[in-house]
Amino acid sequence: MTQENLASAAPKANWFSRLAHPGQFLAWSRYLIVPLAVAVVVLFGLGLWFAIFNSPADYQMGDTVRLMYVHVPNAWLSQLVYGVMAVAALGTLVWRHPLADVSAKAAAPLGATFTALALYTGSLWGRPTWGTFWEWDGRMTSTLVMLLIYLGIIALWRAFDDQLKAGRIVAVVTLVGAINIPVIKFSVDWWQTLHQPSSVLTADGPRMPGSILTPLLLMMLAFTLLFALLQVLAMRTEILRRRATSLERQAALR
Amino acid sequence: MRAFGALVVRDLRLATRIGGEALTLVLFFVMIGVVVPFAIGPDSAQLGKLAPGIVWIAAFLSMLLGLDRLFRADDEDGSLRLFRHASIGMPMLVLAKMLAHWLLTALPLILASPILAVMLSMSMEDWLRAMMSLLLGTPALVGFGTLGAAVTVSLKRGGLIAPVLILPLCVPVLIFGVGAITGLGTAQAMVFLAALSLVTCAFSPLFAALALRLAED
Amino acid sequence: MNVQNALPPRTIEAARLSCRRGERLLFDGLDFTVVPGELLLLRGPNGVGKTTLLSALAGLVRPEAGTIGFSGRSEEDRPGDDLHLMGHQPAIKARLTAAENLNFWADLFGGDRKLVAPALERVGLKRLAGLEAGHFSAGQTRRLALGRLLVADRPIWLLDEPTAALDGEGEQLVIALLDAHLKRGGIAVAATHHDIHIPPPANVRTLTLVPA
Repeated sequence: MTQENLASAAPKANWFSRLAHPGQFLAWSRYLIVPLAVAVVVLFGLGLWFAIFNSPADYQMGDTVRLMYVHVPNAWLSQLVYGVMAVAALGTLVWRHPLADVSAKAAAPLGATFTALALYTGSLWGRPTWGTFWEWDGRMTSTLVMLLIYLGIIALWRAFDDQLKAGRIVAVVTLVGAINIPVIKFSVDWWQTLHQPSSVLTADGPRMPGSILTPLLLMMLAFTLLFALLQVLAMRTEILRRRATSLERQAALR
Repeated sequence: MRAFGALVVRDLRLATRIGGEALTLVLFFVMIGVVVPFAIGPDSAQLGKLAPGIVWIAAFLSMLLGLDRLFRADDEDGSLRLFRHASIGMPMLVLAKMLAHWLLTALPLILASPILAVMLSMSMEDWLRAMMSLLLGTPALVGFGTLGAAVTVSLKRGGLIAPVLILPLCVPVLIFGVGAITGLGTAQAMVFLAALSLVTCAFSPLFAALALRLAED
Repeated sequence: MNVQNALPPRTIEAARLSCRRGERLLFDGLDFTVVPGELLLLRGPNGVGKTTLLSALAGLVRPEAGTIGFSGRSEEDRPGDDLHLMGHQPAIKARLTAAENLNFWADLFGGDRKLVAPALERVGLKRLAGLEAGHFSAGQTRRLALGRLLVADRPIWLLDEPTAALDGEGEQLVIALLDAHLKRGGIAVAATHHDIHIPPPANVRTLTLVPA
């Protein structure tokens, strides 16, 4: 960022915009990395131990039920990350905040990865339970559409040379997607009830005993913190990359 | 209102002068109907069963074809920038362009749908419902398409990105569109389809105008 | 064109204006005022941001810092419906005739179709009114674009290289159009590399942009 920017932002800055300034962000987020990484490792250790050794096998599904402990957190993150992107899109469009586009750009590939993992673990789980890798089940279908939306957004990011312009335009698409996702879910559910008699086993049982709930919550927290860690790292990389290109251009102009 | 009408008339006039556009789209639409039986076999019972889906996929793909040119010509000759100084707001002008685009791309397809219906051995009721569902659903396709075109107008190689972006967004249109032709809830699907088109046509001019403004900046 | 009736008065006031293109700061801390009857000529080397400044005045580009004020606009006016921008691109459709092109812009800008025939005559295209604009030369296309300024009465003209592609007679036309516009109390900002001499009493000022 330029000096003019710093100068004009300084007097009216409240604590939030000071923290959210790219330079400040680089400075304070450095101290987040190690604690987050430690927390992620510990939570994964605990969660996996509970999930593998200290939770019951399902009387119908057997040990394959343990796939749930990776499947559900990924499915949850595929939605959470889109939420993060939608909030960032508002930040870009309403306040034109430079950190908002960085955050949206960093989140998109992460969201796509978590969504792909949710589909992958879902189909691994589906094979022994439903007898097929893929079922046009309502949830799987809308998750697939979600993945396509993520991939479209990533493609749009990459199509622009000017990343500032890309940020604003992607923000518009992200918001439209956010409005449209409930409609997609609704339509897929409607479609599914028409075509699929209820032969599909629903994923979650009526009520979960604590022995399943504990590892599930631990794993969800672990995955969420993993996302937070990766997001911070990706944002730092993106800020540094932008600085590098900006320095290169300035050097070329001299 | 004069500006709105002027833009619609200009787009229609340009399309008829340059000519062939609508005809090519119809040709493409009908050709899908010709090609599909080669792929899945000429069994008319099977074709009739698959026909609603084929009609919608054909309409969908044909609409994607014409999308890239929606704002491109006006952007390249500088007209799009001057639209900002028109006597009515940009969302209204986008709506005018959507209306012209619908008249030029969707209406010919709907009129040509009987040809497809005959080739795919659809029943009379199915065909009437197909016309109805195309009539109700294509405005939503134009709405999403407009958004895709607006978002990619500043990209020189935007022709491929727009379909990839809007395809997942159009899933509900396809679901309700096909659902309105066959299946159990045709009346319900028609209502959903109409609602979807209304909402899309109300919101997409706003978002498209926003995207066009941001692309300029 | 009717020279007698005056245009609604507008004043442009720019304060501490700076603009950016991509990552590059073009100019910084620009102050100027344009009052009714005044022409501001923007001068400066290529790439200094003359076109960007015009785009900012036209409301197409958001300035990096500073303000642009238009006095005389009322609350219910749509920002921008009192100005004409003439850029590098002609915004002329090749498959429409000269008259159809101007009719369209007259409708779009809320102007008057009755002004189209006099406008075509004024820019010297009367005989070609029924010809598709695709057959025009670069200079004739430029003249047609100038005609657009006349089909809707608007007090602010923003012109980017108005004399580009025009012959000597065409340059005289631009000067005459500007002179008539200023006499009606209009204002104009023009980016140009050529000198535009308008005989007094026209009020012409020059602003030379310097890179930041």
